[in-house]
Amino acid sequence: MTVLFGVFLLTLLVITALAVVQTRNLVVAVMLLGIFSLLLAINFFLLDAADVALTEAAVGAGISTVLFLGALALTSEHERKRPGRRWLSLLVVASAGLVVVYATFDKPRFGDPDAPVQRHIGPWYLEETAQDVDIPNVVTAVLGSFRAYDTLGEVFVVFTAGIGVLFMFSAPRPRSGNGSLSGSTSEQSGLQDELLLGVVGRLLVPFILLFGLYVQFHGEYGPGGGFQAGALIAAAFILYALVEGQQRALEALPRQALNALMIGGALLYGGVGIAGMLMGSNFLDYSVLSEDPIAGQKLGIILIEAGVGMTVSGVLLSVFHAFGARDRIR
Amino acid sequence: MELLQDALSWVLLTAGGLFVLIGGIGALRMPNLYTRMHAASVTDTMGAMLVLAGIMLQAGLSLATIKLVAILLFLLITSPTSSYALASAALLAGIRPDAGQAADHPADATAADGARE
Repeated sequence: MTVLFGVFLLTLLVITALAVVQTRNLVVAVMLLGIFSLLLAINFFLLDAADVALTEAAVGAGISTVLFLGALALTSEHERKRPGRRWLSLLVVASAGLVVVYATFDKPRFGDPDAPVQRHIGPWYLEETAQDVDIPNVVTAVLGSFRAYDTLGEVFVVFTAGIGVLFMFSAPRPRSGNGSLSGSTSEQSGLQDELLLGVVGRLLVPFILLFGLYVQFHGEYGPGGGFQAGALIAAAFILYALVEGQQRALEALPRQALNALMIGGALLYGGVGIAGMLMGSNFLDYSVLSEDPIAGQKLGIILIEAGVGMTVSGVLLSVFHAFGARDRIR
Repeated sequence: MELLQDALSWVLLTAGGLFVLIGGIGALRMPNLYTRMHAASVTDTMGAMLVLAGIMLQAGLSLATIKLVAILLFLLITSPTSSYALASAALLAGIRPDAGQAADHPADATAADGARE
């Protein structure tokens, strides 16, 4: 039954992807990409990957849709026709796809107990989490403790991406006053005229923030963690910015605070690692952070997850504001 | 008692599924944007409510039920708002809700449909 449903969802996924390629209207493409992400999230959930599903739904269907629309607002809604050798690209894509399909023949059957995943390191994680970290959500233990180097890398990738976008968008533009957002364009932004949208938006913002904090701090016990929480908290502030206008959102959470979140999160993560070194163990070994190794592990995971959440929300909001602050190019 | 609860739950789930199906057919078959929205709204009112009620009966009195109630409240607040936003955006884009209008601009219609999902 699950397999059947999975096949159905994957078929829909392929259809949506083809529709994205087909359409010339970029707004339609963005909406279809949102549907694509939601379908993918359901697929992840079917495969019992609730953490990944949450991330995909929050980032893929939520925030990246807003960012795409922000980018489209700066350029054009219609894809330009490009002359060129489309057959050549089709050939490349088709052969690459066939290679990938060929590679899947070597993969173990879905749910095969003899698959390398189930025999190699998976059982070790399951055993060690109960002993060393003692938290119910093994995914968080793997992400935050056993493979903390990978997660550190991911946080720095997000951080670097954010810095890159900020550099790209901070090209000189006419400034008014002390470097704050120039008032002329931003005063018309927001939905002040739309009473209903404003009321509902304002009503939802605190609940989204609350849910974001829940996902952040409940990540050791249920699906969630810093990445998902960062995206949700950023979504709350983006909703606030859409309803109240960018100016008000920047008053609530100014650019300096966003920069501090971005940098502070990455520094917190690295700092926890170095604290472990200073206290006489390896980089990112949390066991020494407290008298009790298990308590140390828990403390370390909470701290680095907080760092992840700070960086992710800071970067997403900075990128959103960077798009919003630009004038239309055409 | 258990059997009754299970049976009632499946009745609700099936009815909800039927409403979703009707909404889907309506969204495909109706002539213009506003009528299509009207048909599709069945999906997130009756469809979602019945399906969620069915799952609540499956879950029994537990934390999951409270979460489902929260989801239901969230849907009841957001889906009319998004319908309103869509209709208002369509009006702003110049699609008139005329009774005799056979079909609106195909590009706009697909855009609106995409936003609806």
